[in-house]
Amino acid sequence: MKIGSRLLLLLLQNAPYVLFVVLLVAFGLMSDRFLAVANFRNIIIQAAPIAILAIGMTFVLLIAHIDLSVGASMYLTASVLALYFTGVPWPVGLAAVAVGGAMIGLVNGLVVTRLGVASFIVTLAMLFILRGIAMWLSNTRMLMFPDAITDLNRTALLGIPSAILAFLVVFALAWVVLHQTPFGRQVYAVGEDPEAARKAGLPVERITLACFVIAGLCAGIGGFVTISQIGAVGPKYGDQVEFAAIAASVLGGVSLFGGRGSVAGTVFGAILIKTVQNGLNIINADPYIYPLVTAAIIFLAVAIDGLRTRILERLEQRTIRPLSEA
Amino acid sequence: MTDSHPARTPPLLEVAGLTKSFFGVRVLHGIGYSLRAGEALGLVGENGSGKSTTMNILGGVHQPDGGAMLLDSAPYAPAGPGEAIRAGIAFIHQELNLFPNLTIEENLFIDGFPRRSRLIPLIDRAAIRRRTEDLLAQVNLDLKPGTPVARLSQGERQLVEIAKALGRSPKVIIFDEPTTSLTRREVDRLFAIIARLKARGIGIIYISHALEDVMTVCDHVTVLRDGALAGGGRRQDLSVPAIIAMMVGRSIDTVFPPRTVRPRAEEALVVEDLSQPGVAEAISFSIRAGEVLGLAGLMGSGRSELARMIFGLDRFARGRISVAGRPLENPTPITAMEAGIAFLTEDRRSEGLLMGFSVAENMVLTSLPAVAGALGLVDGRKVVDTAVSMARTVHLSTEKVSDTLVKHLSGGNQQKVVIGKWLLRQPAVFILDEPTRGIDVGAKQEVYRIINQLVERGSAVLLISSEIEELIGLSDRILTLCRGELTGGFERSPGPGPGFDREAIMTAATGVAVARTRTGTRDVA
Repeated sequence: MKIGSRLLLLLLQNAPYVLFVVLLVAFGLMSDRFLAVANFRNIIIQAAPIAILAIGMTFVLLIAHIDLSVGASMYLTASVLALYFTGVPWPVGLAAVAVGGAMIGLVNGLVVTRLGVASFIVTLAMLFILRGIAMWLSNTRMLMFPDAITDLNRTALLGIPSAILAFLVVFALAWVVLHQTPFGRQVYAVGEDPEAARKAGLPVERITLACFVIAGLCAGIGGFVTISQIGAVGPKYGDQVEFAAIAASVLGGVSLFGGRGSVAGTVFGAILIKTVQNGLNIINADPYIYPLVTAAIIFLAVAIDGLRTRILERLEQRTIRPLSEA
Repeated sequence: MTDSHPARTPPLLEVAGLTKSFFGVRVLHGIGYSLRAGEALGLVGENGSGKSTTMNILGGVHQPDGGAMLLDSAPYAPAGPGEAIRAGIAFIHQELNLFPNLTIEENLFIDGFPRRSRLIPLIDRAAIRRRTEDLLAQVNLDLKPGTPVARLSQGERQLVEIAKALGRSPKVIIFDEPTTSLTRREVDRLFAIIARLKARGIGIIYISHALEDVMTVCDHVTVLRDGALAGGGRRQDLSVPAIIAMMVGRSIDTVFPPRTVRPRAEEALVVEDLSQPGVAEAISFSIRAGEVLGLAGLMGSGRSELARMIFGLDRFARGRISVAGRPLENPTPITAMEAGIAFLTEDRRSEGLLMGFSVAENMVLTSLPAVAGALGLVDGRKVVDTAVSMARTVHLSTEKVSDTLVKHLSGGNQQKVVIGKWLLRQPAVFILDEPTRGIDVGAKQEVYRIINQLVERGSAVLLISSEIEELIGLSDRILTLCRGELTGGFERSPGPGPGFDREAIMTAATGVAVARTRTGTRDVA
């Protein structure tokens, strides 16, 4: 019985990879354009903003919190950039949205830690507040960005497109922070058992705060990459991307219950989601089917997470008497 | 004890006259003990005897009202756990404080990773690996430092916790019930490690209900009872029966109301061969209608787990349950309730009550169909009437059952609400898990009276309690559970007197000299 559980667990932990291979084969059979190298480059460029967002989301999910405000945060920082930072060089623009996003994350984190309100509620309220301010500032007009920013989309360094470069830098930094710094390991400890972490003398509140700031920072950077790709933002900009980011994390093995998963998985999850959308596009699928397929993937991801957690709990069950030997 | 040892060198730790009160109730009355470097002191006593408070004071969790502590001949008064750790007091709790999603080395250094340099906050992996290897070698644990703790057995995890303590060069290590979830082999290994720690000059304080283990490990034993010293001495001068006598030595007050009925002939609950790997092994017993069966066992013996399995909250691998002659297969809480089982959980706050709801709403919660009127809608008048009459039955002294929120009631009254809730269903079998924990003496007696009413009506009661007196005062029969196994069965002897051999029950519950063949566990009745 235990061995059966372990096998099932192994399958569940690798379910996204199995799914990915199945999709590659299926889309490849349906269209010969799908498996082209250029198409994969496209997929990664398209996945870059969501991947960056999802990397930030991973920090918050790892401590068993959630941030629903990242999409709205993208919209507000982009609006402010378009309205009040016209004509600045792109590094200043990037810094502005990154700092703006981080500040919003700081507010989220402060309300969660100081007032003890559930992050789901705090960030849901924040979503409406930020979107409301952005719509008010922009009068819901379409806002355009200067060439200085949109040119970035056509720029490459050492042959690597700027979007992919940004994504690789964020990914590498996040990986090092999570795996090679004391803070990163403490994030995992807090996510596993906040009470035990407190008893072990860890600054649980400060760690929680930092994770929300990182999520906000990533929302700013991811938003900037998106802006450079699309050149203009309207009232629907950033709408529901938080769910894509959460889905990417969970598909990649991050547990909504905290303490488990990694940014490497998250990046894979983001690419998986974009692969599906790209494939549907290439085979000329009915546009109305896109949300259904995305929803099916999100549902699958959450169901897998639930099952995985349940099996892990069973495997790690506390025992009163020895299992073998008398 | 303190003065039985000639003072060659001053003791490592000397404690005298500790007093402590919580909310005006004095829980420690002048506790004193001393510990020498390289020696082990056993601290024993029943639940509530003051062991935890004494150790929490040493560990800096609580501050004493009076008394003094000397560590290495210097005054020691920690303001918090952090200060105690820095002073050299390490506490290995029964519930281990490890993170299974991290590796062994990460767990050892989670609160202070060595860095590669002052400026860059990167973990010095090479350094923690070296130090972890060294610490693991000290506890004889042959594991790679990078192994995730999730893969370790309970015994291995405990050794990791000890290694973690050793990393801080402790002077004193406190072990709280370290053997409850260990295999015999792991216990032997633990004892070998403790012997090595002693040889290095570390003082050991060993808290356990397993008295044989205490006698194996400790040089001295101190016995607490009701927050005061009840005795103790050098190991050579003591025996397990002598220690048990010191622990219990107290007469039972006549707080238990007399019962007029005798158990009936028919069996209300039959449990056969109930087993779940790691939790319960071949548990068989039955309760007759109108009978109170007491279940004695230490914390972690599987008492609550057994109740949860019967009520369908936890699964079991093997075994049969039948209620009033009808088999109850694969019980879930719903089918168990339909079969006539009621379950008063040990934790009423999180499991038994809706705190923000009124007394009336809580009471009718499990019998809503019975208070529904036409069209299946809940009849508010009927709810209040039902609740008022039940409040009277359980002696609940609250006037407005429909207005008073449960969270505003005292612990004792909350307990009556839960009991009333279940009584409305007229259960054939009532499982009471620690029904009097945390409630005052008056409310306790009310609960005892309700238990009597229950059996007079013909219900069967399975009573789980840490207080042996309570079991002795109320039960027709008592079973003892140890490490998920029934280790003894006792029947009330007729006539005056307590009716049970208290020491024999304690002995069986602690798993010492298991008297299985003599008393039998299956057909005690």
